[in-house]
Amino acid sequence: MDATIQQLAQTLRDASANKTPLRIVGGDTKDFYGNPCTGETLSTRAHRGIVEYEPTELVITARAGTPLAEIEAALKDKGQMLAFEPPHFSKSPPSPLTPLPHRGEGKSTLGGCIAAGLSGPRRPYAGAVRDLVLGVRILDGAGADLRFGGQVMKNVAGYDVSRLMAGAMGTLGVILEVSLKTLPLPATELTLHQQHNEVDAIRLMNEWAGQPLPISATAWCGGDLGIRLSGAASAVEAARKKLGGDVVDATQAATFWQGIRDHADPFFAKDETLWRLSVKSTAPAITLPGTQLIEWNGALRWLRTDASASDVRAAAQEAGGHATLFRHGKSEDGVFHPLSPTLAAIHRRLKKTFDPAGILNAGRLYPGM
Amino acid sequence: MSALDKPAPVNVARQHDVATALRAFLPAASVLFSAEDVKPYECDGLSAFRQMPMVVALPATEPEVQRVLQTCHRMQVPVVPRGAGTGLSGGALPLGDGVLLSLAKLMRIIEIDPLARTARVQPGVRNLAISEAAAVHGLYYAPDPSSQIACSIGGNVAENSGGMHCLKYGLTVHNVLKLRAYTVEGEFIEIGSDSLDAAGYDLLALLTGSEGLLAVITEVTVKLLPKPQRAQCVLAAFDDVEKAGQAVANIIAAGIIPAGLEMMDKITTGAVEPFVNAGYPLDAEAILLCESDGADEEVADEIERMKAVMHGSGAVEVRVSQSEAERVRFWAGRKAAFPAAGRVSPDYYCMDGTIPKRALPRVLKAIADLSLEYKLRCMNVFHAGDGNLHPLILYDANQPGELERTEEMGAKILKLSIDVGGTITGEHGVGVEKIDSMCDQFAAPELAMFHAVKRAFDDTGLLNPGKAVPTLHRCAEMGRMHVHAGQVAFPELPRF
Ligand SMILES: Cc1cc2nc3c(=O)[nH]c(=O)nc-3n(C[C@H](O)[C@H](O)[C@H](O)COP(=O)(O)OP(=O)(O)OC[C@H]3O[C@@H](n4cnc5c(N)ncnc54)[C@H](O)[C@@H]3O)c2cc1C
Repeated sequence: MDATIQQLAQTLRDASANKTPLRIVGGDTKDFYGNPCTGETLSTRAHRGIVEYEPTELVITARAGTPLAEIEAALKDKGQMLAFEPPHFSKSPPSPLTPLPHRGEGKSTLGGCIAAGLSGPRRPYAGAVRDLVLGVRILDGAGADLRFGGQVMKNVAGYDVSRLMAGAMGTLGVILEVSLKTLPLPATELTLHQQHNEVDAIRLMNEWAGQPLPISATAWCGGDLGIRLSGAASAVEAARKKLGGDVVDATQAATFWQGIRDHADPFFAKDETLWRLSVKSTAPAITLPGTQLIEWNGALRWLRTDASASDVRAAAQEAGGHATLFRHGKSEDGVFHPLSPTLAAIHRRLKKTFDPAGILNAGRLYPGM
Repeated sequence: MSALDKPAPVNVARQHDVATALRAFLPAASVLFSAEDVKPYECDGLSAFRQMPMVVALPATEPEVQRVLQTCHRMQVPVVPRGAGTGLSGGALPLGDGVLLSLAKLMRIIEIDPLARTARVQPGVRNLAISEAAAVHGLYYAPDPSSQIACSIGGNVAENSGGMHCLKYGLTVHNVLKLRAYTVEGEFIEIGSDSLDAAGYDLLALLTGSEGLLAVITEVTVKLLPKPQRAQCVLAAFDDVEKAGQAVANIIAAGIIPAGLEMMDKITTGAVEPFVNAGYPLDAEAILLCESDGADEEVADEIERMKAVMHGSGAVEVRVSQSEAERVRFWAGRKAAFPAAGRVSPDYYCMDGTIPKRALPRVLKAIADLSLEYKLRCMNVFHAGDGNLHPLILYDANQPGELERTEEMGAKILKLSIDVGGTITGEHGVGVEKIDSMCDQFAAPELAMFHAVKRAFDDTGLLNPGKAVPTLHRCAEMGRMHVHAGQVAFPELPRF
């Protein structure tokens, strides 16, 4: 065990014994996300670096504190990528509640990316963070050094604890190391622009998704529909002809998709309450007041609204999914969609299993756990 | 565990009580206990392990499943879920004092939503039946285990099954959206959602591959994909296994993710050719099947690139399927590998380790050495693209000592998979078969964590007990306590 890990483990053992709550921080770019959580800061930033990267194995293993940008650069160098297109949110202003020394350097880390479990525009076509996680090394709440999964593509030995870490918001362990599946960069990318109303856009995105087309992202907002095509030049060209629409200038397109991914797009610039509605892709248009940006063939609907939390949750549930209070708002029942009593009980027991003293990012996912 | 362990006696004293309790709400024909009736359930696809169940319950509806669970929980009877019984690790092996809960009668395709590209099905639906039902919409369910005509989707979820096409299209875990399930107490849970994610912990991932130890799945919503316009296959022959292994790496390095990338060694092609007449070059040391699918233009491009890589990697012969019939013929031999093993040998034992691809030459060489050492022939079939090996050890259970030698050789292959940085099972699960090898792969604190995860779902330990995760005591007894890099687990605890 190297010294950094030993130190982290010691901190956890002490905190566990003294019941000192800890707030795990990587690049501190996603402080806004999740329920407020206080505690002594436990930074993962010192534990950084790529451990192993073998392009022909399609696997990269890196330490949690490694900046995402460093990983992406290493992959790009070998013609590969993180296919879930992780949001960096690097440009987002740090929360004023964060004590000064801990404010983000604008550097998302791998650990934070896995813990937050967020995926970008390519998600419906290439999979989510959890789909590409192959293995993890964590310290549990008591400081035990544990490894689950591995560095191979297929592995069904033991329960899939690695994927469980994705989106757990750091409540189940301090992620030390992650192995991720990588994929080749597409040979060509091209973005088309069409104009449709919301109802037509949702229908069309779903119809296209049911055909063998090389679509790798869709985004609709205020009548404009962007469609990204990725793949072999011949396939992209054939799809362009089939779908029609204006071809967007490549630089402009890259900025646009990055803006969607990192919430730098003007849609996200307002201080209004922002909800993330994850719904069935074919769900009819959401009729709540406000403004929307739709991604993922209709399966992800960003909504800026002053509607009440209960109205938004009801709409999301009706649409086959769930709602998250993403930014700039308050909700009586917390940020994440409430769970059924049976599932909530399983969640509490899992939390207790991994973090008996309840010290890791307490309350960040759900109150009381 | 060994197939040579003696089966446990059936608990005849409780049999009557349990059967009576179940017959209170199930028709008599759905509660079996006579030796003759339960015999077909004594094993799954791993037939070396056999055990007669105390009672077999065959509910036909979700509420009936719930009542079986409630009843068993009340009476403190262990429950073993079973789908189609094609599992290859003994996951559905019955218990002499337990109820075998068959989900086979829940076999309705409830709904196919072509626009949303989803299918909602009961757990007993056969894997292939989903694709057949979706075909009219130009859609299919991607994970395609070789057993797909027989295995159930519930079993697929419980094992996180893979198939020939999972390098490109993912395993079961990547293709399931939502589950309806019951806990061991008979409490209903819904996991996942109709959207692409769900609130809270990723319990969908946790349940997928949980081998029936966490909950009983009663409904599965799967993703459907558009059928590719076209598929074409390259067959490349090599005079050296190592070169074939290098060709696999070269394909990936060229930025290609084939729809399928499989390897067979010479013994395998020799065994299957007489049955399928695929036209395999029988003098080749190894052949690769490399498939491209997608839009017409894309496939045409990709096939050219695949051919170039195969030639560049020293293939002695490269053929491209010129028709759908020929493509199917190329694959026929690969798909017939298991049955062929069954024809050239009285018994065979299928291993399932996954290794980093770069370790392939070393591992194949070691398997060849073991084959000589143990005097057992071995066919090597390999999901080459994702490093999942299926060595088929050929043996004859009627020859005294052969099964022992086979199990020993198998365990050594698994140990080897771990040593080169891989895993003991890529897709078939641990079950009872590989439970001892889990002691080699995981350290005690990790195994303890698995047991704790199980308790978070099943405090009583009544759901499929004794499978998938060994007790720490068992590992210690065998002297197979695994330790990471000199780190001793629970140093404060006495060594048991
Ligand atoms: C010839 C052959 C080829 C095969 N090829 C492949 C292959 O290519 N890829 C691959 O991955 N596997 C393969 N297998 C293995 C096997 O088919 C798969 O593991 C399959 O998913 C098992 O499904 P089943 O319905 O037969 O499950 P069973 O064998 O009945 O059960 C398997 C496990 O799942 C549990 N289970 C079953 N149903 C449920 C439920 N509804 N709820 C909770 N738990 C449940 C059982 O308790 C058991 O632990 C092959 C098997 C054979 C015989």
